[in-house]
Amino acid sequence: MINLKINGRDVSLDIDPDTPLLWAIRDDIGLTGTKFGCGIGMCGACTVHVGGRATRSCITPLSAVDGAEITTIEGLDPNSNHPVQEAWRDLQVPQCGYCQSGQIMQAAALLKDIPDPSDDDIDAVMTGNLCRCMTYVRIRSAIRQAADGKKGVSTDG
Amino acid sequence: MFRSILLGSVVFGVIGFIGFLIYAHEPAIDPITQDNPQGFDPETVEKGRILAAAGYCSTCHTAEGGAPFAGNLPMATGFGTIYSTNITPDVETGIGAWSQVAFQRAMHEGVDREGQHLFPAFPYNHFTKMTDEDVDAIYAFIMTDVDPVPSVQKENGLPFPLNLRFLQAGWKLLFVDSGVYQADASESDAWNRGAYLVEGVTHCGACHTPRNALGAEREDDRFGGAEVEQWIAPALTAANPSPVPWTAAAFAEFIETGSAQLHGIAAGPMSPVVHAGLRELSEDDLNAIGVYLADQDGAHDSDAEVAEIVNASLAEGQPDKSYRMELGERLYATTCAACHYNVEQIVLGRPDLGINSATRFSEPDNLIHVILNGVTSPEGIPGVVMPSFRTAMSDEEVAAIAAYLRASRTDEAAWPELSQKVSTIRAEATASE
Repeated sequence: MINLKINGRDVSLDIDPDTPLLWAIRDDIGLTGTKFGCGIGMCGACTVHVGGRATRSCITPLSAVDGAEITTIEGLDPNSNHPVQEAWRDLQVPQCGYCQSGQIMQAAALLKDIPDPSDDDIDAVMTGNLCRCMTYVRIRSAIRQAADGKKGVSTDG
Repeated sequence: MFRSILLGSVVFGVIGFIGFLIYAHEPAIDPITQDNPQGFDPETVEKGRILAAAGYCSTCHTAEGGAPFAGNLPMATGFGTIYSTNITPDVETGIGAWSQVAFQRAMHEGVDREGQHLFPAFPYNHFTKMTDEDVDAIYAFIMTDVDPVPSVQKENGLPFPLNLRFLQAGWKLLFVDSGVYQADASESDAWNRGAYLVEGVTHCGACHTPRNALGAEREDDRFGGAEVEQWIAPALTAANPSPVPWTAAAFAEFIETGSAQLHGIAAGPMSPVVHAGLRELSEDDLNAIGVYLADQDGAHDSDAEVAEIVNASLAEGQPDKSYRMELGERLYATTCAACHYNVEQIVLGRPDLGINSATRFSEPDNLIHVILNGVTSPEGIPGVVMPSFRTAMSDEEVAAIAAYLRASRTDEAAWPELSQKVSTIRAEATASE
């Protein structure tokens, strides 16, 4: 039995502990905002927060997160108004949208640790989040805008 | 004495002006009526169609979205906007009332049927080089195959006194070399044919030759290149900046297909010139134009020199290999840096691997274990995990990341046989489960 907290909700899962966290999130817990991309931790589409850190859920076994607190895109902000999400809408970042929940989760974690990132910082942290539509320029702009909006405001992103 | 000089000057001036008016005067040519049947043989009409295309008449004489040849395309001339005329055979508003002689006079002398001087936005300074036979063929084509469309020409935006048409007679006197093209006996037939077409119907110089302050093509800088509609009509001389010279074959290929292998494409104002125009000419004519134009820029068909330039350019265009990072660095950037990246301060839970002992031990075991198996919630910082790359990466890939960290972040000696080590550790962990 694996016990974890997801988006503030306690969940007990009686499934194979080798199951990737992503499977449990999507199929057992039923939160499908997190996407399956490559399955080998190289595209970032499955990014969630574990203990506040951006974590690739497709290669994180359920056994590893026993007792951990997990946040998915659904729980990032109660009204989907995290500064990154607002900037995302303002700048109409997504094109096909498949990578965006992973992008947003990665960006939110980035801004928590590096509140005023340079473009190089953004590139370094976001490089692992691929966008097949090549919206990278808008993704970077949105992160910059969210950073400007966040300055001086403490959040628990 | 002074008074008589002054008086004399005035008298001379008045006489001169009257003389100029007489000089500038052109008579009207009687209109023809539509019921005056004009039968043209199909061959002449077809020849006229090709020549009208080669002169891309419809490009200027058709407004955007308007009927072909019905005019009213605005042309910004630098002196004011001029609207092209309706040259469909409509009797009232087009040239339906024009006789063949009237059409010849317009093409050769820039005077309309009623005797009014035409503005040189209409390049009669080129069409004057055309034979009567060719001009008549275009006339036959227009009168036979172009649909008459009633369309009144909009009023030109030329300011006074530039709008006075009789003054154009003076412009002609200064700048127009009237008369049919005369062959140069010292040149080949192809060269002369090309010159006839280029200087005449295809009027290349109208765009590619820069104009003087009075709007006339500069004889001292023929084909020297000019700006047209905010596009550059490139020099057709040696001044053309292309490192690969435009050969006769390249010119012919370009005006037939709209592109040349070693050059660009016909875009902007040049596009209709090729696609709705020059390509209609016979292959012989296209080649002849190539021969003549290549003589303007002095290009020789020297393949060796061209190959050298092309190869140098291709080499320059190769991607910078240093940009293609080695495998370990790439994998680190895409799989590790999302967490293992810090600015100014190291965040707890984002270990900086450069100062981490795992990258500095004499053996890589700890680093490999962590990459393969990750860090679970109870380990390390409670609640913070690292994914397991066991199923995500091959032995070689894990080894590449470890080798990259060791080489880029430390001064320690490289770990030997890393890939083998990863394989062994992977097998041990599997066996212990």
